[in-house]
Amino acid sequence: MSLEEVRPFVEMRRIVKHFPGVLALKGVDLDVRPAEVHVLLGENGAGKSTLIKVLSGVYPADSGEICFEGKPVHIRSPHDSQKLGVSTIYQEFNLVPEMSVAENIFLGREPLLNRQLGILDRKGLLVQAREVLSKFDIHVPPETVVKRLGVAEQQMVEIAKALSLNAKVIVMDEPTAVLTSREIDHLFKMIQDFKQRGISIVYISHRLEEVKRIGDRATVLRDGNVVGTVQVANTPIDELIRMMVGRDLKDKFPKSRVEPGEEILRVENLRRKGVLHGVSFHLRRGEILGVAGLVGSKRTEMARAIFGADKFDSGEITVRGKRAEIKSPSQAIRAGVALVPEDRKRHGILPSMSVKHNVTLSMLKRFARVGFLNLAKEKEAAQGHADSLRIATPNLDRWVMFLSGGNQQKAVIAKWLGTEADIFLFDEPTRGIDVGAKVEVYQLMGELVKRGAAILMISSELPEILGMSDRVIVMHEGRIAGEFTREEATQEKILGCALGGTSAQQIDLGVKA
Amino acid sequence: MSEVGLKEIEKKASGESVPSKAGFLRRIPWSSIGMPAVLVILCVSFGTINPNFWSVMNVTNVSRQISILALISIGQTFAILSAGIDLSVGSLLALVSVVCAQQMLNFGLWGGIAAGILVGAFAGLINGLLIAKAKLPAFIATLAMLITARGVALTLSGGLPIVGLPHEFLFLGGGKIGPIPVPAVIAAVALFIAHLILKRTRFGRYVYAMGSNEEAAMLSGINVVRNKIMVYVVSGTCAGIAGVVLTSRVISGQPTLGEVQELYAIAAVVIGGGKITGGVGGIWQTLMGVIILGVLANGLNLIEVSSYVQNIVIGVIIIFAVYIDLARERRR
Repeated sequence: MSLEEVRPFVEMRRIVKHFPGVLALKGVDLDVRPAEVHVLLGENGAGKSTLIKVLSGVYPADSGEICFEGKPVHIRSPHDSQKLGVSTIYQEFNLVPEMSVAENIFLGREPLLNRQLGILDRKGLLVQAREVLSKFDIHVPPETVVKRLGVAEQQMVEIAKALSLNAKVIVMDEPTAVLTSREIDHLFKMIQDFKQRGISIVYISHRLEEVKRIGDRATVLRDGNVVGTVQVANTPIDELIRMMVGRDLKDKFPKSRVEPGEEILRVENLRRKGVLHGVSFHLRRGEILGVAGLVGSKRTEMARAIFGADKFDSGEITVRGKRAEIKSPSQAIRAGVALVPEDRKRHGILPSMSVKHNVTLSMLKRFARVGFLNLAKEKEAAQGHADSLRIATPNLDRWVMFLSGGNQQKAVIAKWLGTEADIFLFDEPTRGIDVGAKVEVYQLMGELVKRGAAILMISSELPEILGMSDRVIVMHEGRIAGEFTREEATQEKILGCALGGTSAQQIDLGVKA
Repeated sequence: MSEVGLKEIEKKASGESVPSKAGFLRRIPWSSIGMPAVLVILCVSFGTINPNFWSVMNVTNVSRQISILALISIGQTFAILSAGIDLSVGSLLALVSVVCAQQMLNFGLWGGIAAGILVGAFAGLINGLLIAKAKLPAFIATLAMLITARGVALTLSGGLPIVGLPHEFLFLGGGKIGPIPVPAVIAAVALFIAHLILKRTRFGRYVYAMGSNEEAAMLSGINVVRNKIMVYVVSGTCAGIAGVVLTSRVISGQPTLGEVQELYAIAAVVIGGGKITGGVGGIWQTLMGVIILGVLANGLNLIEVSSYVQNIVIGVIIIFAVYIDLARERRR
């Protein structure tokens, strides 16, 4: 190898990226060498996705520099980064479902018969597509319409598209999350092939055994900082886990111990084809039940099913000892169930409504008299809830979209405080909000259970699960894969369970291997 | 992004106000005084060029002329606020007119009026069921209703006007209560009730919520299906009332009434500041849009601008009003 090839192909230096209220990247360094598989590791929210979005031109960095083959470059758009040789394959594919494989591969760069008139060369398109596909041994017929393909094949089309752009770096965001084990084997064989051709892969995954299989080096991120970059071969898995998790956080969680009371919610054998495969658990008054699991383990789907937002095929939900017919959110609310959804922007806030109207939306019945709302009483109630949650807003008439993430979240939670709800389903309650607001949310959860409410808390942040839960259930592919008491639960056990094992054994094996 | 810019964003996000000259300008509630200001400018200009603009007769005329548009724009406001649209209201005017006139000949004055309003409400119910239950896009469902309702109106009437309506019916479209034309009184009452519904009832709040974020509204326990159906029933009912008043004004059932009126209703809503993607707007804003359209048509007539050119002016005004709105939003 010549010296030139050892030099990093991409260098990112001191990358800083703010979002309103959050410092997502606090000066991150990353270098990608030619023909290596460079793994990005970190908990959800550590900054992995932000970092690759900076690299692929989706977000501009606030500061820092990016060099390609030693030369500083400015990446202002995904197009810039593609021209430099970076192609990114997101979890959500960027394919046009109604178009053929060939049309998708060459979208925006279609071969033309006549340049002036823009007449497409349909034969040439197929010929060129076939060329790309066969060169990399991808077995997908180029004339097939993409929506008829399976997930794995669609991923191959994305990869073919990247290759046809002469990508030198392919970024893959959790590519195996949606694949079966045979498909994963195939993908990994392809990745080995790319390495031989001098292509580098930046690989994001939560599955540590995969990292061991294909990774050359790994960079671990935590809270927007780089914890370190290590040779994968020399680093045991438990060391990687320790780097990812790293901190002692028990005291960041104001946990108040409440003696659990009677059972308030029982879910039995909840099933929905292809999603939930017989989920059963129970929840008691005064209890916070943590639900851990990887992204895609169907925790959100479970919560939505219980709340009546999605249908389910079979299963029983018992609320306060009585079988509950929950077919819609309004029925769930009448049964005393409340949901704080995962995706605040899409499912939580009503952006162009005032803080006041957001907070009172689910309790309007209380202010209605002969059909008309008593606006003074409404305002008073909204003010009370806003004050008790310390929602920072100049006034209650401000549109909720202009508040910070933490305050938006408080408004979403406040919505339920004036209802009769005593079963709270919190789905990622502290995602994307700053540390201070997080602690306030935790305190509120403590007050709720003290009043006799019960909380189901879905979280992808293990410290939060460990810090706040009285009991933890772990989901894996639509099933409950394990249950731990607060005393039993450790990060290693939960992670092992979430990765598909049932105990810490798998991790131990990984270390020895 | 510069450091300063970021701090400003963070400050705004955390709800602190930024005291500056720009902040002062931003605190002026443009959305509530912008369009009234435009209206004042228009009136003053027309009045200066042709003093007849301010004559009692002219003002009365304008109020009579805009009543029909005001009525169907109320329904359009509900539809657009809920992130939908109702393209059928123009054709519904014709259907209502035909049904109202025919049933009036059969069952007398009140029978005809009731039949007209009911057929409007019923068409709205069908729109609502198609949109909320069958999940058709509002644009498509009401487009189909636009075509169908016109077809039904022409079929029922054989394409001919229906005449011979009782004399006392003319009061509705042509009469006066004191100095004020009856259609204007009806529109004013309807506007007031609609305003109360939107601002003071649960249904009104839910209309805004569905338009602001339908998914979040559903997850807040709002019965989106039922409330959406209601929205289109309201719109159809407004078209029903408007159709009856219009029938009285033209003293006959006319299957060709109301062409492109739905587009003027949409224009009125967006000129007033309603957002076509839902959740923003209101009766007051829509009323501004209606009056601006009415004053423009009347004023341009008075200063002898041809009706061809009037269309050009109205088109430009729509672009202008919406552009101002967008610019304001971007600055936030």
